[in-house]
Amino acid sequence: MTVFLIIVVIALLGVTFWQMSKILKLSKTGHEDSTQIANDNDNKNQGFLMLGFVIFLYIFMIYSFWAWGDFYLPEAASAHGGDYDTLMFISIGIIMFVQVITQFLIYFFAYKYKGVKGQRALFYADNDKLEFIWTIIPVIVLAGLIIYGLFTWSDIMNIEEDEDALVVEIYAYQFGWKARYSGEDNTLGKANVRFIEGTNIVGIDKSDSYAKDDKVATELHLPVDRPVLFKFRSQDVLHSAYFPFFRAQMNVVPGMITQFSFTPTITSEEMRNSEYMVEKVNELNQIRKERSKELVANGDVALDPYEFEYYLLCNKICGVSHFNMQMKIVVEEEEDFNSWIAEQESFGETLKKEEEQKVSSNN
Amino acid sequence: MSATANPTVAHDHHGHDDHGHHHKETFITKYIFSQDHKMIGKQFLITGLVMGTIGILMSVLFRIQLAWPEEASWVFELFLGDKYATDGVMNPDAYLALVTIHGTIMVFFVLTAGLSGTFSNLLIPLQIGARDMASGFMNMLSYWIFFLSSVIMLSSLFVESGPASAGWTIYPPLSALPEAIPGSGTGMTLWLVAMALFIAQSLMGSLNYIVTVINLRTEGMSMTRLPLTIWALFVTAIIGVVSFPVLLSAALMLIMDRSFGTSFFLSDIYIKGEVLAHQGGSPVLFEHLFWFLGHPEVYIVLLPALGITSEVIATNSRKPIFGYRAMIASILAIAFLSTIVWGHHMFVSGMNPFLGSVFTFTTLLIAIPSAVKGFNYITTLWKGNLQMNPGMLFSIGLVSTFITGGLTGIILGDSTLDINVHDTYFVIAHFHLVMGISALYGLFAGVYHWFPKMFGRMMNKNLGYVHFWVTAVGAYGVFFPMHFIGMAGLPRRYYTNTNFPYFDDLADVNVIITIFAIITALVQLVFIYNFIHSIFFGKRATQNPWNATTLEWTTPVEHIHGNWPGKIPSVYRWSYDYSKLNKDETDYVIAGQDFVPQNVPLQKNEEEMNH
Repeated sequence: MTVFLIIVVIALLGVTFWQMSKILKLSKTGHEDSTQIANDNDNKNQGFLMLGFVIFLYIFMIYSFWAWGDFYLPEAASAHGGDYDTLMFISIGIIMFVQVITQFLIYFFAYKYKGVKGQRALFYADNDKLEFIWTIIPVIVLAGLIIYGLFTWSDIMNIEEDEDALVVEIYAYQFGWKARYSGEDNTLGKANVRFIEGTNIVGIDKSDSYAKDDKVATELHLPVDRPVLFKFRSQDVLHSAYFPFFRAQMNVVPGMITQFSFTPTITSEEMRNSEYMVEKVNELNQIRKERSKELVANGDVALDPYEFEYYLLCNKICGVSHFNMQMKIVVEEEEDFNSWIAEQESFGETLKKEEEQKVSSNN
Repeated sequence: MSATANPTVAHDHHGHDDHGHHHKETFITKYIFSQDHKMIGKQFLITGLVMGTIGILMSVLFRIQLAWPEEASWVFELFLGDKYATDGVMNPDAYLALVTIHGTIMVFFVLTAGLSGTFSNLLIPLQIGARDMASGFMNMLSYWIFFLSSVIMLSSLFVESGPASAGWTIYPPLSALPEAIPGSGTGMTLWLVAMALFIAQSLMGSLNYIVTVINLRTEGMSMTRLPLTIWALFVTAIIGVVSFPVLLSAALMLIMDRSFGTSFFLSDIYIKGEVLAHQGGSPVLFEHLFWFLGHPEVYIVLLPALGITSEVIATNSRKPIFGYRAMIASILAIAFLSTIVWGHHMFVSGMNPFLGSVFTFTTLLIAIPSAVKGFNYITTLWKGNLQMNPGMLFSIGLVSTFITGGLTGIILGDSTLDINVHDTYFVIAHFHLVMGISALYGLFAGVYHWFPKMFGRMMNKNLGYVHFWVTAVGAYGVFFPMHFIGMAGLPRRYYTNTNFPYFDDLADVNVIITIFAIITALVQLVFIYNFIHSIFFGKRATQNPWNATTLEWTTPVEHIHGNWPGKIPSVYRWSYDYSKLNKDETDYVIAGQDFVPQNVPLQKNEEEMNH
């Protein structure tokens, strides 16, 4: 694929250079023109090139959508994600509609009205009606988009105090993530970086009674169809918790707690088996296999075959290893989630263990 | 206006009449510490082009890394050396440093100083009919502080711990703590010093431009007769004065946090096994301060380019710009709105969602004057007699990329849609097209168009055509595909994407982008060659090569201090009387000549317009 595309690119450039050399020749033959001001011949050639360019642009845009359109993320795995995608597709539709028309007008006019000696341009300085029209059309279209967008925005961002919501803290540090579950009381214990000590890596306040049942995990497990309220906390610098498959993102800011809420609706298993993902993963593994061949030939280790998992990644520059700051997300059925969370050690248990160890070592 | 303009004119005329007899200009006063606005404009341009070459070279380096991640290359060995490219493989911190300095150089040093600095200096006095800037000395100072700032910025590339590498937005705490990233040591200090100087020069320049436009217009040059270039440069200067000081305050507070233990932006930080003493600050405050400049900065970059385009398109279409007053209104509306939209960079920063709604509203409003400008350009082309000079091609290209890039702003400016494309390659595609490429096209259009005015010679048009077409194809080739990898959720500022197998199928696209980028960068050498060669060996220019109406073309080809050898011309009309017909519509107002310069009085056979 790459080779093919490179060939296409080089071929296009070849055509460009060929056309260029033709222009250079054309502008030299005939009459000696050294004023360096465009003459009729230049106007004609450049006019045709304008037409050629808009054709190139259209082909390139169509090719892009055809070849890369399916890069768009799979069906949103969260409750609000559907609205997000609808708004996105409407916006893209409007944008492409305007884009196709205006680009055509620009380059077509450039071609059509290319200068000819003696041709008279139209002295056309003002037309209030026209200007009113193209002020009012964007106003109407944008008003629609703004209203639609703002309704969606407030639906997503206004977090209702939902008793049922699972409260999870996402804790970011250079260069990784931790998830802290609030336990049976569904309330997170107080925490601050000043409490970081030994195994208490996220800085939970031991004296807070809500903290005892908190559970810190290195993977983010979420039960499907239950609202999750995320509280974000950073240990050091700005990070951004980006959940692309759930259409969710929030910056993680040292010194304050930010929040975002969504309801996962598609389990990891379902996503893995979806038509889109099966095809995508096959394609990815094909690419990885080919790359592995190269790697093995060079004496390196082959790449593992890929299996889809949701992930959370850092999307705000945070230091040298910013490019590899990720956490696996597992969305599963309620029962599976419950048995997973039961296996996790609570903060209280950890403390007790430490205590016992201390006692035994003192003895 | 004319009442105040008259004495000025008389005074200037008197003062400069026998200028040459008084003091001889030495090499130093003419070429180095010059107070002549034309020379200072050229100094800004050449410094800007040098910085631009460095900035673009940097982008090629990190594009190579993105296309062929962690592969050794002789290019890296050559430019980065063993320290930043161990065994020829670019290091992650070198990558971050390159993207940071590329952004800084291109936004501030090339597209702010190189574009607005060059053309404000060159065009303001010439197009309004003034002998020079209001303060020639301050103008000179402004350039030399800019030069110093450039030198300091470049010197930061050579310090032991590396240059600033926290992104061009330098968000603390990353930029405040050397423990967090090596580039936040001496490199960041130099970055801040360079930017503080840069802001100082920008303010000096801007105040000078504003005062000059308000006070030194020649007789008859009312505000509604000003060419749109001047309107754009004038309003740009105002935005600069309003917003740059805020960046200075942010920079000062950051310096305090870094060196004097204050906590404006820092709180609750545990790093390298230690809790820092800083308490109570907020990085979000820095984001507000930064983007209060950062967003108007987009228009500081863009408005001069749009102004240049207005002038070049009208001249080369042989038509008046369509909707002159609407264009001025759009410039003013954009300028006003640009100062109240900064929050759209911060929808997911943790600020109150209600604020997000407000900023969505103001942001999408800005699309309206932008759309008006776009349509007006297209209508100006309609039924014109287009002269395809290289400057015209770049102006048409600008309208095209301005629309392509501007449209995706509808997605990013919508707080909802921003959630999932924020800080992805979609953003990179958007702002590079709408402000990077468009502003560069404006810069090129300006250089090709006013080169005869600057150097008295013409640039080679055929090389100009090659430069334009390859750049036009290349620019779309680089940035259009980026929308798609951004839609796939690929974050920006990633050294490599190989840690996410999900992104493996984007690798091909990154290769294509890089190939386009290399070709586009290489073809800029054609421009550089054309530029340098034409300064010395270009065809000698005539006084008014493009048959334009504005006043700069009434000055002699050979530069003189004071611009006009005799009296400053008076102005009797607006600057867009192209192809205006006489009352009977039998011929142009001046028979056989399709333009009427601004200094030609109203003719008997023409209808008066309200300009």
